[in-house]
Amino acid sequence: MLWEALTLQLGYNATLVAIGATLLGVSAGVTGTFLFLRKRALVSDAISHATLPGVCLAFMVLVAFGGDGRNLIGLLAGSAMSAWIGLLCMNWLTRHTRLAEDAAIGAVLSVFFGFGIVLLTVIQTMGVGRQAGLEGFLLGSTAGMLWADALVIAIGGAATLVLVMIIRRPMTMVAFDPEFAAARGLPVHRIDLAMMGLVMAVTVVGLKIVGLILIVALLIIPPVTARFWTDRSDRVVLIAGLAGGLAGYLGAALSALAPNLPTGPIIVLVSFGFFALSLLLAPVRGVLAAVLRHLRFQRRVHIRQGLLALAQGQKIYEPLTIRLLRRAGAVRADGVATEAGKSRAAKALRDEKRWEIVRADQAHEATAALYNGLRDIETVLTQDQIAEIDRRIGGPQEVTP
Amino acid sequence: MLELAAVQGVSTEEQNVDHSPLAIRGLTVSYGQKPAVFSVDMTVQPGAMTAIIGPNGAGKSTILKAALGIVSPLSGQVMVYGQPLDDQRARIAYVPQRASVDWDFPTRVIDVVLMGLSRQLGLLGRVRARHKARAMDCLNRVGMREFADRQIGQLSGGQQQRVFLARALAQDADLYLLDEPFAGVDAATEKAIIAVLKSLKEAGKTVVVVHHDLATVTDYFDHVFLINTRKVAEGPVAQAFTVETLQAAYGGRLATAQIDQISRALG
Repeated sequence: MLWEALTLQLGYNATLVAIGATLLGVSAGVTGTFLFLRKRALVSDAISHATLPGVCLAFMVLVAFGGDGRNLIGLLAGSAMSAWIGLLCMNWLTRHTRLAEDAAIGAVLSVFFGFGIVLLTVIQTMGVGRQAGLEGFLLGSTAGMLWADALVIAIGGAATLVLVMIIRRPMTMVAFDPEFAAARGLPVHRIDLAMMGLVMAVTVVGLKIVGLILIVALLIIPPVTARFWTDRSDRVVLIAGLAGGLAGYLGAALSALAPNLPTGPIIVLVSFGFFALSLLLAPVRGVLAAVLRHLRFQRRVHIRQGLLALAQGQKIYEPLTIRLLRRAGAVRADGVATEAGKSRAAKALRDEKRWEIVRADQAHEATAALYNGLRDIETVLTQDQIAEIDRRIGGPQEVTP
Repeated sequence: MLELAAVQGVSTEEQNVDHSPLAIRGLTVSYGQKPAVFSVDMTVQPGAMTAIIGPNGAGKSTILKAALGIVSPLSGQVMVYGQPLDDQRARIAYVPQRASVDWDFPTRVIDVVLMGLSRQLGLLGRVRARHKARAMDCLNRVGMREFADRQIGQLSGGQQQRVFLARALAQDADLYLLDEPFAGVDAATEKAIIAVLKSLKEAGKTVVVVHHDLATVTDYFDHVFLINTRKVAEGPVAQAFTVETLQAAYGGRLATAQIDQISRALG
């Protein structure tokens, strides 16, 4: 059953949903990355909540003109319009009042969503009968998805993706250093608006599958996940697209396993799964790696300090240091240094002196930046360079009694 | 006769504006109701190194930001090489304050420098070998070549500042505007930066620096511009950087010890 779900053999509707969700996941992940880099992730939450009044008003208009009221393109156009108004309100509040962006987000989000809910209730009392579909926009509903719906999602998602790729460079510049971007003559405000317009497009396209409440997860979780794996913004974009697409695909496939499993929430859960794995397992920024790194670092510090103490004939008190030195074969059980320990200790002391020279010398700056009190100097300098430093230190000297 | 003098006066003023890399007239910028800069004129001398000096909150950075159109002024005019700013942007390079960006941003040193080449790269242009070579060359000039592939978060404050300078060098501009490049950097970085700035000047470029360290003004700069919301003094260091102008700019905020030190330095 699971295999069939993953290979899209569970029927026409399930296949449509899986393809739509994958495309949506990719474009949401990629678009969301720029929002995340610009540190405005929550703006997407306000945008998505601001779609609701538009959906309801569009429905009313469609019905008033004798239409079906469930025409997806009509409803999405309505949602886009009210989301755009919400976006402009938010922008105006942040730029022309003393309200900070978080307050503006809160204000727009709650007012627009509240208004939307009121309109939903009004529609219910209108007695048109077929209003039930509208609640589907809150959390997404894929049960009755049509070929035309999937097409809308596919085209919308692809168009968004192309636009993002075209303006990715200015968006990255504005995200990293808006003042520099402005000084270069980039229209920072218009680029920001374009970015949010793209986020809005993804939101609108995603309403059918994940709904307006959860779309924020598709925009934000993939870039945050991707950030764990790389230090380069272009790769964050790629990995976020990949993670988003995979989550969309897996989530849609899993939700087809049993009747009445909600697609949107399961996509979000799968996406969260990727996030949790990355948080734990990512090689550099992950939690586990950080803990291991810390422990390893602590051990090396203890051994180094122990060796330096041995070299200078000082007594070692710290139990962990003694234990580590014994395990390394540098001291005997009674705390006396072994031959191997003595030679390592002498080397440690000499390295310390070499580092001192390197760190005081501007010519070695890049090397000096690698100093952490532990690094073996031969891992960063050539034998020739070390020999040159040793010449500066001077050879072993006779100790005058 | 009187009329003629007036006409001549106007024409020298026009000449000044035409020849100056950066001429500001009647600039007022206000955040809220309190002006940060009030009715300021400034005429930057071509091929010179100019320091903008003044106490905290005197509007030093604001002048640069207004000159670059980053903040919009309430009134006033900015002319760059005698023309409106937007026609001359390619000729200006800007080094913002280091603290104005998030250094945990996922990007490498070389990518930051490549941002200085954004005009050459355009929207969709690929980063080619010659762009990379140019960026590496700029990093080399600030002594940061070996750091090209490091994540920017791993840099020290001074190294970050030098990366910003390298990004400005990549623009290959004629006018360089730097906002507190020496704030919180190590002595080695300060030396490296001043060497680069002096080489720019030797190449005929114009350099304007927002500066806070009064002790180094006479060593580093040819011209000073003293400001405390209003312009206090402007001119060659020998004439405009005096105990009197400093006291006028700083008021009581300058310790007597500092004044003594400066008057000794000025001889």
